[in-house]
Amino acid sequence: MSAPATTTPSTLPSLVGRPVSFKTTIVLGLLAVLAFVFFGALGSDNSATLRLATDGDLFALPALVLPGRITGIVVGFLLLAIAGISFALARRGEKLPAWAVVVFGVLFVLGFLAWAVSGGDTPSISLTGLLKGALTLGIPLIFGTLSGVLGERSGVVNIAIEGQLLGGAFSAALMGTITGNAYLGLISAAVAGALVSMVLAVFAIKYLVNQIIVGVVLNVLVSGLTGFLFGQVMTANPEAFNQPPRLDRLPIPFLSQIPIIGPIFFQQTIIGYLLYVAVIGVWYALGHTRWGLRTRAVGEHPKAADTLGVKVNSLRFWNVTLGGAIAGIGGAYFTLEAVEMFTKDMSGGRGFIALAALILGRWNPIGAALAALLFGFADNLAVVLSIVGTPVPSQFLEMLPYIVTIFAVAGLVGKSRGPAASGEPYVKE
Amino acid sequence: MKLELDGISKAFGDFYANQDISITVEPGQIHSLLGENGAGKSTLMNVLYGLYQPTAGRILVDGKPVTFSGPGDAMAAGIGMVHQHFMLVPVFTVAENVALGAENTKGGILDLKETRRKIREISDRYGFDVDPDALVEDLPVGVQQRVEIIKALVRQAKVLILDEPTAVLTPQETDELLQIMRQLAGNGTSVVFISHKLREVKAVADVITVIRRGRVVGNADPSAEPAELAALMVGRDVSLSVDKAEATPGKTILDIKNLAVTAPNGHRLVDGIDLSIAGGEILAIAGVQGNGQTELSEAIMGLTDGSVTGSITLDGKELLGRSTRDVLRSGVGFVPEDRNHDGLVGQFSVQENLVLDLFRSDEYSRFGSLKPKAMAANSKHRIDEFDIRTPSATAAAGNLSGGNQQKVVMARELSRPLRLFVASQPTRGVDVGSIEFLHKRIVAERDQGTAVMIVSTELDEVIQLADRIAVLYQGRVVGVVPSNTSRDVLGLMMAGMTAEQAAAENATPSPAEQSAGEEGGLL
Amino acid sequence: MSSQDQTVRREASLTQKIAGSGWLMSLLAILVSLVVGGLLIAFTNETFQESLSYFFAAPQYALSAGWHAASAAYVALFQGAVLSPDTGFAPLAETMTNATPLIMAGLGVAVAFRAGLFNIGAQGQLIVGAIFGAYAGFAWHLPAALHLLVVVLLAVLGGALWGGIVGWLKALTGAHEVILTIMLNYIAIKLLDWVLNTPAFLRPGETNPISPLVDKSATYPIIVPGTRLHLGFIVAILLVLAMWWLMNRSTLGFQLRAVGENPAAARTAGMSVKRATFLAMAIAGGLAGFAASAQIAGTEQVLANGVAGSIGFDAITVALLGRSTPWGTFFAGLLFGAFRAGATNMQISTGTPIDIVLVVQSLIVLFIAAPPLVRSMFGLNRLAGIKKAPSARKAAKLAATSAKSVEDAKTAPAVGQGKHAAASGGDAPTQDAAADENTSSEGGTK
Repeated sequence: MSAPATTTPSTLPSLVGRPVSFKTTIVLGLLAVLAFVFFGALGSDNSATLRLATDGDLFALPALVLPGRITGIVVGFLLLAIAGISFALARRGEKLPAWAVVVFGVLFVLGFLAWAVSGGDTPSISLTGLLKGALTLGIPLIFGTLSGVLGERSGVVNIAIEGQLLGGAFSAALMGTITGNAYLGLISAAVAGALVSMVLAVFAIKYLVNQIIVGVVLNVLVSGLTGFLFGQVMTANPEAFNQPPRLDRLPIPFLSQIPIIGPIFFQQTIIGYLLYVAVIGVWYALGHTRWGLRTRAVGEHPKAADTLGVKVNSLRFWNVTLGGAIAGIGGAYFTLEAVEMFTKDMSGGRGFIALAALILGRWNPIGAALAALLFGFADNLAVVLSIVGTPVPSQFLEMLPYIVTIFAVAGLVGKSRGPAASGEPYVKE
Repeated sequence: MKLELDGISKAFGDFYANQDISITVEPGQIHSLLGENGAGKSTLMNVLYGLYQPTAGRILVDGKPVTFSGPGDAMAAGIGMVHQHFMLVPVFTVAENVALGAENTKGGILDLKETRRKIREISDRYGFDVDPDALVEDLPVGVQQRVEIIKALVRQAKVLILDEPTAVLTPQETDELLQIMRQLAGNGTSVVFISHKLREVKAVADVITVIRRGRVVGNADPSAEPAELAALMVGRDVSLSVDKAEATPGKTILDIKNLAVTAPNGHRLVDGIDLSIAGGEILAIAGVQGNGQTELSEAIMGLTDGSVTGSITLDGKELLGRSTRDVLRSGVGFVPEDRNHDGLVGQFSVQENLVLDLFRSDEYSRFGSLKPKAMAANSKHRIDEFDIRTPSATAAAGNLSGGNQQKVVMARELSRPLRLFVASQPTRGVDVGSIEFLHKRIVAERDQGTAVMIVSTELDEVIQLADRIAVLYQGRVVGVVPSNTSRDVLGLMMAGMTAEQAAAENATPSPAEQSAGEEGGLL
Repeated sequence: MSSQDQTVRREASLTQKIAGSGWLMSLLAILVSLVVGGLLIAFTNETFQESLSYFFAAPQYALSAGWHAASAAYVALFQGAVLSPDTGFAPLAETMTNATPLIMAGLGVAVAFRAGLFNIGAQGQLIVGAIFGAYAGFAWHLPAALHLLVVVLLAVLGGALWGGIVGWLKALTGAHEVILTIMLNYIAIKLLDWVLNTPAFLRPGETNPISPLVDKSATYPIIVPGTRLHLGFIVAILLVLAMWWLMNRSTLGFQLRAVGENPAAARTAGMSVKRATFLAMAIAGGLAGFAASAQIAGTEQVLANGVAGSIGFDAITVALLGRSTPWGTFFAGLLFGAFRAGATNMQISTGTPIDIVLVVQSLIVLFIAAPPLVRSMFGLNRLAGIKKAPSARKAAKLAATSAKSVEDAKTAPAVGQGKHAAASGGDAPTQDAAADENTSSEGGTK
């Protein structure tokens, strides 16, 4: 029996090498084969036309014409190559860099587009429109997911995003109509979202009720309450209560005329611009301010924060409330931007997709926002492709976000580790 | 800074964890609070740190009464605390942890530069060798503790409370910490050192206050006799020697060969262990916590999360690769080290807990249906046999006292014929009366010819129970020695020396030993 | 402790028991929620709002308008759910009909709860069960009793499959079941939408997504003629009994509960946590499948997008209100079934939107989950002997402590060791502190 002759003070066990994981490789490999077979070998001989130009561009870009089968085969090869690199790296115990995964994703989507569009009855879509729609459909998702980020990073699970969105939508419609001012409607949406959040916070923090229970029940409560008021008050007299003015589009001079980028990013209503502010603001503040440091500490190790004089429960309360306000603004999108009226359960489960985006984005504001965009893209793709008349049933595209999320939580797409104290109420001894 | 506690009491419901405690800590003094587990030391310090509000009494700083409504107030008054369980955010860097709660900001934006500078400065002054940008979860325990000390010093603590700081340290790390404490005191910082370890307290303290059952039972000088201190601490003269006959080992029952356990994160926690235990003998596994003991017993029980290689045979049959249920059924009894976490279902009744790993046997169930009568009869029998103090057999096990909970686990595991009995920390957190009883039962099991493996970090327990002692260090057995091996040699082996090295080293005693002397069979 | 002390204390703990008891809390929670619902109805009543303009001149008009609106709605609710002046107790049968799938799916959520799993997926499990069951119902043509049996079995299988996926993924990868079930709910909804657009499911000659009617042979027989109450209600009662046996008398239930309360200890005692997780979710899904059969072979008899209604989500509140016990779930299911049945009548006769039921239901669950809130509403904290309990857990801790001291005093004989036992019992509140100290050791002694 050999024993170390030196008596090192450390009892840290020796590291004998990271375990090798082929999960990513397997998933990528399967997708690559799928792409090769379906998009390439079984692809259509027609060409897919992806239009890039829109009216009002400074100059018109030509359309992208992709021959279906050839694009599929090329994409398939590239994807197989990336999967191969991933395999080689995994054998050495290394991981594929994140950007390579992103490239993989973009290529896959491109291959899919070429295949789906070229197989359609009218093989032509506007790519700019597709992306613009993706962002538009992503707006409530991104606001919602930020609410989730704020809650979970400070240790409160927020399943009530759906309720916050719905509450915001209702309040915006009601107050927007009553005041006749869309901006007042927007503010009242934030207030409504914050109120829903406060209920969550009080029950979770003060009464220590299981946060998932409160969240689930709150969604039902908001659905019931808005549904009741809609039926009782709004339908009886829509002119007085349910005809909110629409928010104006505020194109930014010059920027809005840049091809592709302009129409997508710079022809938004105030909600769209608030979105940019919110995403970047939350991201920056979490990482670089006192508030952010404390918020993260409270979400990871509340007792440690408490022993250093951080007011754990009050910080949690206000963060959750702030999250609700942000989600409320997202809810206003439904009634002040998308359609000018409230209808029952109009948030349609987007709060749960926002939750999924939160997990897929690994609790990071930017990541969550990108995941939400991805889901918005899938959603919009379903709409666009059903117009084109492709062989893929739209339901499967609509399922995509949920399936991707299951893969994510099952650890097949990297490891996801949430804040350590998320869902744990903090009780002072 | 002079700190006084004046008549502090702290009650939880009707139970007084602290009663009328008065202590004065002079500037630059190392004041030691000595007391058994559960004596109320931690409660007192939590009162002092503003985590608890005292039921009665005052805290005075430099003669002026103060009230702390939270740790923030205590810190502002110059009190810093190193908790026994580190209050560090694992995914934060050292600098982020130190900055938390006392952040430097520039226009609302976090400025960690200043924090880093302070960390380096303190680190240099005390020779801590701490990198401000290291992630805390990657740091060894000893270094994490230094981060805690830095946290307090950055906040300009004049009084530093160290709550059982040596529990997780090796003897060498402990000596380094004692040195740091002297250095701090030399610089004018008062240190409140909470411990139940006589040697350390005697080695470093200027003043010793002994606490028992929430009260101050006496003050002592570091030069006091260990026996005298121990008597104060425990309240009666205890001799916890176990009456046991000489072992009569039979043939080998458990045989472990080249056992290695690798955690999912790649850490090799057990690194090639060979051990064997014969029927009718007790092998004690000694070692500082975290040197592979837990993983060793988990490997035997088929509970390991990571990968296990090597071989573990019971009566010649391989145990590795079998399910926990199979291992239990092949005649292995197991008392896990953390009974609340692993040994009992707190919300289950005593009766249910007594059959927790037996309910599928023909005795307690048939065709998937439980036999409530048989379970009730069993619990009546075991409660009598083990003198389990419970209001009823249907009371929730989680409400029993620690000793009685342990009796429930022990009664369950010893209630069936065994070939091997594995008990981890069998008497941790158990009252003295129950310890004697449990020790007797373990010896009785041995005398029935069962192979017994005791895993304990309590050296005294190891010495009292063992027929042979195996010392674990960094996942390896550094030596297997007879039970009459001296504590000094065992201590050195626990720091990684082989038996021979330890014996040689022991010839030249260290300063700590000179002041501490010999303690005998205490605690 | 003197014997007099003990008596006083025992009385105190008796009041505590009543003030803190589960069923009283449930009753109060239901009461408060109904009152809140009533206020909502009153405030949104048009007559009430009109009379608000002269509220200060003649408040009695506003108050009476509000009272009439709320009471009329609740009377209609009662008449639709229990006893009607026209049809006698026929509404009660409607209540039981509505309760049937709620009880079944509620049991599913409850089983998972007891195993420590938060099953939000009853909706998806129900939908998949309905797809399976409905297909067997309209596409296959079998003899009477057999056909029903096959339909029920397939529905249960479909639900168990959908629930089992969750259990399997959780056991295999540790993924959180809440996320998995939410995602699978939506996948099931989309799946249903898709199959209804395939030739295999779409009713011939229809463009709307709706399947053919299931065969008569595949339906639960009506047990009260003239009503919709079908055999499924008896099946629900049998399932309640089966669940009671499973949870309280079976080795499997013992494992599920042990895993639910303390998975680490269950694993150490040789139980397979993964197996329990999988089985619990599969059983939960199976029970949701039974609920699907109550829709497919009971009330709906056809597969359409709305086949599951909101039963899967209501089932969560049913299980919560029923505290995850079999009979608790049964009665909670009946109550919510009554709400559903009554709400339809309420909407028809008073125009009050059905959604008010959702509000009342969710409020009930919220209040039940936070007893301190309800207690403080009724000033019961004083009665319960909890002075200004700042948090639920502290209150519970205190109650436990004092109860324990009594027990110690009772059991401890008057010898030294007894004293020690009492002291260590009293140690309980500092258990955290004590446990902290416990981890230390004499390891380094030389």
